[in-house]
Amino acid sequence: MIGKLDITTLQQIWWILCSIVGSLFLFLTFVQGGQTLLWQVAKDDREKALVINSLGRKWELTFTTLVLFGGALFAAFPKFYATSFGGAYWVWMLILFTFIVQAVSYEYRKKPGNLLGEKVYELFLFINGSVGILLIGAAIGTFFTGSNFTLSGFNQVTWTHPLRGLEAAFSLFNLAMGIFLVFNARTLGAMYLVNNIDFTGVPELEARMRKSCMQSFLISLPFLLYVLVSLLIMDGFGTGADGVVTMVAKKYLGNLLGMPVVLGMLVVGLFLVLIGVTRTALGTGTTGIWFGGLGTVLVGLAVLFTAGFNDTPFYPSKADLQSSLTIYNASSSHYTLTAMTYVALFIPAVLAYIAYVWRQMDLKKINMDDISDRKAY
Amino acid sequence: MGEIDLATVNWARAQFTLTAMYHWLFVPITLGLSFLCAFYETIYVRTGDQAWKRLTKFWMTLFGINFAIGVATGIIMEFEFGTNWSNYSWMVGDIFGAPLAIEGIFAFFLEATFFAVMFFGWERTSKGFHLFSTWMVAIGSNLSALWILVANGWMQYPVGMAFNPDNARFEMQNIWEVVLSPVAVAKFTHTTTSSFVVGSCFVITISCYYLLKRRHVDMAKKSIAVAAVFGLLSSFATAVTGDESAYANGHFQPMKMAAYEGLYQGAKGADIVAFGILNGDKEVGDDKDPFTFELSIPKGLSLLAKRDLNAFVPGINDLVYGNEAENIESIGDKITKGKAAITDLKLYKEASANGDEAAKSAALARFNENQAYMGFGHLNSPEEAVPPVASTYYSFHYMVYVGSAVILLFLLFLRATLKDTLADQKWLLGLGVLSFFAVYLASEFGWVVAEVGRQPWAIQDMLPVKMASTNIAATSVATTFFIFLVLFTILAIAELKIMLKQINIGPEDE
Ligand code: HDD
Ligand code: HEM
Ligand code: HEM
Repeated sequence: MIGKLDITTLQQIWWILCSIVGSLFLFLTFVQGGQTLLWQVAKDDREKALVINSLGRKWELTFTTLVLFGGALFAAFPKFYATSFGGAYWVWMLILFTFIVQAVSYEYRKKPGNLLGEKVYELFLFINGSVGILLIGAAIGTFFTGSNFTLSGFNQVTWTHPLRGLEAAFSLFNLAMGIFLVFNARTLGAMYLVNNIDFTGVPELEARMRKSCMQSFLISLPFLLYVLVSLLIMDGFGTGADGVVTMVAKKYLGNLLGMPVVLGMLVVGLFLVLIGVTRTALGTGTTGIWFGGLGTVLVGLAVLFTAGFNDTPFYPSKADLQSSLTIYNASSSHYTLTAMTYVALFIPAVLAYIAYVWRQMDLKKINMDDISDRKAY
Repeated sequence: MGEIDLATVNWARAQFTLTAMYHWLFVPITLGLSFLCAFYETIYVRTGDQAWKRLTKFWMTLFGINFAIGVATGIIMEFEFGTNWSNYSWMVGDIFGAPLAIEGIFAFFLEATFFAVMFFGWERTSKGFHLFSTWMVAIGSNLSALWILVANGWMQYPVGMAFNPDNARFEMQNIWEVVLSPVAVAKFTHTTTSSFVVGSCFVITISCYYLLKRRHVDMAKKSIAVAAVFGLLSSFATAVTGDESAYANGHFQPMKMAAYEGLYQGAKGADIVAFGILNGDKEVGDDKDPFTFELSIPKGLSLLAKRDLNAFVPGINDLVYGNEAENIESIGDKITKGKAAITDLKLYKEASANGDEAAKSAALARFNENQAYMGFGHLNSPEEAVPPVASTYYSFHYMVYVGSAVILLFLLFLRATLKDTLADQKWLLGLGVLSFFAVYLASEFGWVVAEVGRQPWAIQDMLPVKMASTNIAATSVATTFFIFLVLFTILAIAELKIMLKQINIGPEDE
């Protein structure tokens, strides 16, 4: 059956798949959020160890989802991979550095002879959770505000801004998107930790955690509102029937109204996040993360669908509108997309074993025994 | 096409070399040690003997320290193709991207998910499930190797694709040809089996150190017993698959083979140099002796390359200047045809843009005739097609010496284990301590043979490295090069210190 799909359908399937992976990543940034909460909520070594060990059982999952996001974009939309990574060089490089230092920090922080000392590894985790997520947000923002590149007849990218991508962080919209993601990650982080840690003996930690959930959410709100309102009123990039890209007034509002399902996802998603916050911050429940997580995934999908569907170039160029990338002109060949779609049939199995293992490992919450083991982080 | 900035290209090459070599410091240990951990734990589960559990946990601790930095150095590789080699990513992304994505789906999640169980699941999951998880980490790691080596194999021997002149890129035609290409198979089997050797020697080196210090004697002996068997089998397999790799080079990358054998003048029944010192003044095309000293085995090279004592093996001169008798086209001719192909492609593009159908199909017809040579059109001189000889030659020979010696070493360890004389054989323990460093170097050198021997091509005969890079200022790439250099070096020192400390502490008491 897959073998019979036409290329347009495949291109759309792959934009949906990439969006799912990207949105799952946004959910999993609860790890990064938790990392930035560390110094705020954990007051002594014991509390720190609880937080780190709880996050430490999940960080690989977040990391690997980011890697898969890169790999999936490369396979499905190689022109985007080549244009954005090669073009917006410095944003991506800085993001990568923050993930490189994260990868060693859990394992090395507490080990004797670790050269840099505990504090530095904690700083690495903080940088990853703040700078890393902020820049990822700014990069996502450029899906709407556009980037500064042109493509040659042979599809070779030339970046027209000397900051090579970092200029994205100086747009108010992109910056707001980034800050929102940082605080959303913190909100999720608090929800996850409340769910995952056994607070026997450390009730203050729990109280601080629940408080910071609300606090982070409240801080994130104005940025979220700014992003949403701008999105609804800003001019956007649109592809005409003749394939020519022009600026269209209220393009993204039009996309949301034109794709009611996407609008629905956005509204339901935001609502679910709100439920997650109230459950965590106002009650004594521990299930907030599931609401917050699903909500984040839905919002992420809505954002990426708005960027890519409905005749919208998802990687627009401000410098030369006609160089803008759409899911149709940036994709792999029909053959490759077909082959990759067969591969994608295995994704549910992967999700299933991840969920199974997650359940097995989390049946018992992280407690004091876990942090006294020599293997503990 | 735009101007090429060679400084950018060279910094990008330096950066790729640096990051790949750093990644490869940790990967072979992961590939080998993951299986050894699985063996040790299997023995524990089978016998219920706590000594094996302690031992398993000890090696897992070291595994985890190595794994973390392996992951840290891996993520940059994934994105470096985009950041530094964006023309490459566009031109062959249709083929090259797929293995990277498949690797993520099939392999990385397996590792990441079960890694958490392997480390923290001792009390949280059943014995059986824990063992299963350890095996999954081992299998997952080796699956990561599979897909990235399929990608690398394709760069050495591009198959299963066709050029699409309309968007100036190569497109995949048959994924099975890509996955099952003889080069990909040789690469995967040789790389994994040689990494098993590295893992075995890692265990042997540390265990021998303990035996020499008379610490953790029982654990060290038990560890060696398994590592010696695994190492012996793997070292045989390494030699066989190494031979297979060379055979594949003989067919698909004769220039690389000529370089790492120091063979300038081809011959029927060519000799292989068992030991030789290269003549530093030798240049392509002159008639100086390539060696200042050599010990050869008659007809050895023909046997290695073609499995036929009297077959013709081309040398560098044959490949560069052509050899009519053996039907080898000169690089000069290929360059001429390649330049014609590039011109016709431009004409084709212009004609398409102007809607001139007649000119378009005429240009396409001419282009198709020379299309296979297009990559050569970017070379400036025939000599440019010759990879560095000295570095590949010495790397290759070192690898083969070590590969042969290590088989003997494992045999000795196995014998001493069976007779239980290991603790008394100081000289063998001494050799054991050295073994890891010797094979580690061989493993790095293997990549030098494979990658430097492929120069000047990023994709053999198709895309020279200088055409592959991103259009970016050399200073940017140089800056990230130094950031990586400093960062990775600091992290590697931290890793080494932590590792040594843990070795010093030894297994935990329960
Ligand atoms: C412990 C490490 C180790 C050892 C002892 C050997 N090798 Fe090796 N070799 C590698 C580790 C390695 C490697 C790192 O895994 C490479 C790099 C790329 C690859 O495919 O494998 C490699 C590459 C490589 C290549 C180049 C492949 C290519 O360019 O595609 C050849 C021809 C050989 N090897 C041959 C041998 C032979 C005949 C050996 C004799 C026993 C040998 N190797 C031992
Ligand atoms: C340029 C090529 C390469 C790329 C793009 C690449 C990419 C990566 C990435 C992204 C990771 C982190 C995965 C995670 O999230 O857990 C990783 C780790 C790993 N890679 Fe590589 N890699 C390359 C070369 C290789 C090679 C040649 C092998 C093996 C033959 C290999 C084997 C592994 C293994 C076993 C790991 C697990 C962690 C460890 O290294 O200890 N990689 N790689
Ligand atoms: C992890 C093990 C690897 C090592 C140690 C390694 C080593 C090297 C070295 C030494 C170079 C520089 C050659 C030169 O510039 O003279 C190089 C270049 C390169 N290699 Fe590899 N390589 C590895 C794996 C891979 C893999 C798996 C791929 C592809 C999937 C790959 C693709 C490239 C590319 C694109 C370049 C840049 C172009 C060039 O300078 O040749 N390498 N590598």
